[in-house]
Amino acid sequence: MRFLPAGDLAVSVELGEEISVEVNTRVRALEFLIRQKGLTGVLEMVPTFRSLLVYYDPRAVGYEAVCEAIAELAPQASTAVLPPARAVELPCCYDTELGLDLEAAAKRLDLPVDELVRLHSGAEYLVYFIGFTPGLPYMTGMPERILLPRLETPRTKVPAQSVGIGGIQCCIYSVDSPGGYWILGKTPLRLYDPEAPDPILLRPGDRVSFRPIDRAEYDRVAAQVEARTYTPVIA
Amino acid sequence: MTVRILDAGPLTTVQDLGRTGHLRYGIPPSGPVDRESFLLANRLVGNDDTAAGLECTYMGPRFQADRGCAIAVTGAAAPVTVNGEPAPRWTTIVLRAGDQVRVGAPRVGVLSYIAFAGGLDAPVVLGSRSTYLRGRLGGLEGRALRQGDVLNVLEGPLPAVRSLATPPPVGGEQETIVRVVLGPQADRFTDEGIRTFLGSAYEMTQQSDRMGARLRGPRITHTRGHDIVSDGIALGSIQVPGDGQPIVLLVDRQSTGGYTKVATVCSFDIGRIGQVKPGRSLRFRAVTVDEAHRLLRESDASLDGIATEEIA
Repeated sequence: MRFLPAGDLAVSVELGEEISVEVNTRVRALEFLIRQKGLTGVLEMVPTFRSLLVYYDPRAVGYEAVCEAIAELAPQASTAVLPPARAVELPCCYDTELGLDLEAAAKRLDLPVDELVRLHSGAEYLVYFIGFTPGLPYMTGMPERILLPRLETPRTKVPAQSVGIGGIQCCIYSVDSPGGYWILGKTPLRLYDPEAPDPILLRPGDRVSFRPIDRAEYDRVAAQVEARTYTPVIA
Repeated sequence: MTVRILDAGPLTTVQDLGRTGHLRYGIPPSGPVDRESFLLANRLVGNDDTAAGLECTYMGPRFQADRGCAIAVTGAAAPVTVNGEPAPRWTTIVLRAGDQVRVGAPRVGVLSYIAFAGGLDAPVVLGSRSTYLRGRLGGLEGRALRQGDVLNVLEGPLPAVRSLATPPPVGGEQETIVRVVLGPQADRFTDEGIRTFLGSAYEMTQQSDRMGARLRGPRITHTRGHDIVSDGIALGSIQVPGDGQPIVLLVDRQSTGGYTKVATVCSFDIGRIGQVKPGRSLRFRAVTVDEAHRLLRESDASLDGIATEEIA
């Protein structure tokens, strides 16, 4: 474990070097423990792949003291302390109009489009953390057979709610933004909805699966989302 | 009472001290870039520090109050007029119903702050009235003000008229010095890179905004690549992508990112960065975490100790 100062208001706590479920689970468990114990002076935290950024108030606690308190909790940070993960089912329309790269990705992988869809929607994805833009999940869980390097030329604008893959990661864009993932489809659900009482759909630690839907169902669900009558399937 | 916006200026937003606790969902704190000027504006009209006011970039707005009220304008050296007559900055200004106020383009500095006695009303979203422009969240419909907008002001007692004995020299230094704590990834830069970073002047560019200040200057060289496993980005994190040019991340920053971060600007110097005009430059000076905390206490104390004198 390493403590790296991030200015006068934050410290980055690194729990490992690599991207792995094991390291990320400890990061999320450490965040959970710190919140549960209500460590003095801790204001907020940002879990990522292998580190936890802890914002603290130096008027309430010193750097050494906050690091020591975190170090004391770290040995207990494991799956055992985390509450059960939520399972979130996202409907996803894999068609060539919304899945901007669906055919190109299938061709590159030397797979029929249907098989690529079957493999992608048959897997379960772990949300390591939310970041970059509001509500955007960093997820892994991709079947080996559909691993692809990211696009050589990133798009300058990917529509929000597009579902993409690249490297070992699966991504869902939460707002219109530039992006380098291969876009396989689109979910009618909003990952970020600034007008909703709770604007963010996914949480760190969620287990996400995709349910393939056709365009007619996509349009139907999108209309319900717009009318705020749709309830996502979360178990 | 209400305030009608006759002219919004290029980028005027509603801000309070910002929202806490939502970075783990990718939602930044927002709030004023120059926190010190913002707090002083609130204090000059007798508001709590948490009251919402306006942040204006470059040119301020022109507005009209429908009832008598008190305001204060702080920050950049922007000319203020009431019904065309010059009015003082860093001072409580008492308005009568129908008075028209204009905050012009600053000679020095970038950001002006306008506080209204009682504080601006706007829906509280995730615990704050601050506007987060990229996320279309908070403030007035998540956007910058436009001509014709009407802002509600919360009821508050009319404060005594106060003035600052010695206003801070916002944006007025020949060359701004900004204190930083090295790291979290200083070890990913060459010794030469760190020397360059701490020994050179960096120029503010036009591409800077509330998300980040993009600077231009001598290249800061990496040891082995500029990408890291994405991690959290703190207030003031200085990212250095492959081109070796530093970007200081501010109040509307992305919560996480995958570029190496050479250092982090101390919280008490964030406002100074926001007040540097494009084309002007700044220098970084390294301090330890302990020194940073001592300087923070001094900065708090000096802010609390800034004498306001009743003039009226």
